[in-house]
Amino acid sequence: MAIASIKNVKIAGMAACVPERVEENRDYTLLPPEEIEKYIETTGVERKHCALHDGSICTSDLCQKATEGLLEKLGWQKEDVDLIVFVSQTCDYRLPATGIVLQDKMGFPKSTLAFDVTLGCSGFVVGLGIAGNMISTGNFKKCLLMVGNTQSEYANYKDKSMWFLLGDAGTVTALEYNPEEADKIDLCYMSDGSGRKHVIVPDGGSRNRFSEKSLELEDVGEGNFRTRLDEKMDGVEVFASAITGIPKLYKQLQEHFQIDNEKMDYCLIHQASKVLFEKLRKKMKFPEEKTPMNLRDFGNTSGSTIPLMMVCKLKEELESRPLEMVMAAVGVGFSLGTGRITTNKIKVCDLMYL
Amino acid sequence: MTLDEFIEAFAEEFDDTPVETFKADTKYRQLDEWSSLTALSIISMVDDQFDKTITGADIRSTETIEDLFNLIQAK
Repeated sequence: MAIASIKNVKIAGMAACVPERVEENRDYTLLPPEEIEKYIETTGVERKHCALHDGSICTSDLCQKATEGLLEKLGWQKEDVDLIVFVSQTCDYRLPATGIVLQDKMGFPKSTLAFDVTLGCSGFVVGLGIAGNMISTGNFKKCLLMVGNTQSEYANYKDKSMWFLLGDAGTVTALEYNPEEADKIDLCYMSDGSGRKHVIVPDGGSRNRFSEKSLELEDVGEGNFRTRLDEKMDGVEVFASAITGIPKLYKQLQEHFQIDNEKMDYCLIHQASKVLFEKLRKKMKFPEEKTPMNLRDFGNTSGSTIPLMMVCKLKEELESRPLEMVMAAVGVGFSLGTGRITTNKIKVCDLMYL
Repeated sequence: MTLDEFIEAFAEEFDDTPVETFKADTKYRQLDEWSSLTALSIISMVDDQFDKTITGADIRSTETIEDLFNLIQAK
């Protein structure tokens, strides 16, 4: 089992940015209103912020705006940043890495190490482990962990299983080497690649190259249609896998790090859908008041949901008092992560729009 | 849990289908109200009541409510 306890790292601040443009689920034209309400009830999503996907706003643009705001708030100079980890499934190009594009566009020094990690919903929890381990040694001192997705581009309007769910967001978390004021960052991971067929964009990569066939609209049942460049998600399989995997992984975290739910200020659960969120909340044994939600106004924003929720729902508390929280995320792969973090009066920017 | 109790719990997950529709030999995936949303409710109910997880593939491998009940018992 993959367990990591990160030493010497302080979480310094957080910021998030979403597209200004909003898509209202109740405006969906291919279903009668009562059917739409059923989707809203199950997913918990009434509206979401979505970019236009014409190249004008990419994930990197959302992360860039969030990062500019956070650097200013923290008083960090770009010359001080030596590590950029960009976690996304919606990169600017198939190559080069988007993190490196941002190094140049944003004016970070060439001495900065920048790279991408391709993960979805587990992106924040896994990103913390990757960046945290690199900083922990003192080899890297100041890191920007950018986690975001403009994944609504993968949702076909004729595929209800995706269209009602996916929203876009970009986030950034500032991490620094600081043995004196180090936070607790304890993590447990699981990977189950047998789930790859259940959440997938089949074409456009190296395995199934883009072809004319990729653009054909396929009838995938239940009145849904999509192409092989859209995202397929078998919500039933994701649900079945998540409700066994996450509680098991959370139990492991609890036992390994002696975590008492009572002492946790919050439990941050990935905002996949309301029905899955509620189920995980109950199985992890947390009351509603300790598990914030932002599905209603943002949808499932993939790896961004946890940092976005911290910015939207916990800003004041993050800034004013020390907090201890656990988190859990499951997503495409399947990749699963649980963790416990502390924060101590960190800098948090107001939610930004682009 | 008996088969009758399971049928009752199964029926409770549906909003628009009359309770009397649900019998041991009901081919539940052919019901008008059956969808991926009701499938989620059934998986969740089975998890609550039996502490067992059924998958989408399990559901597709069964025809009737009794088939599903037997599959759960065998897990």
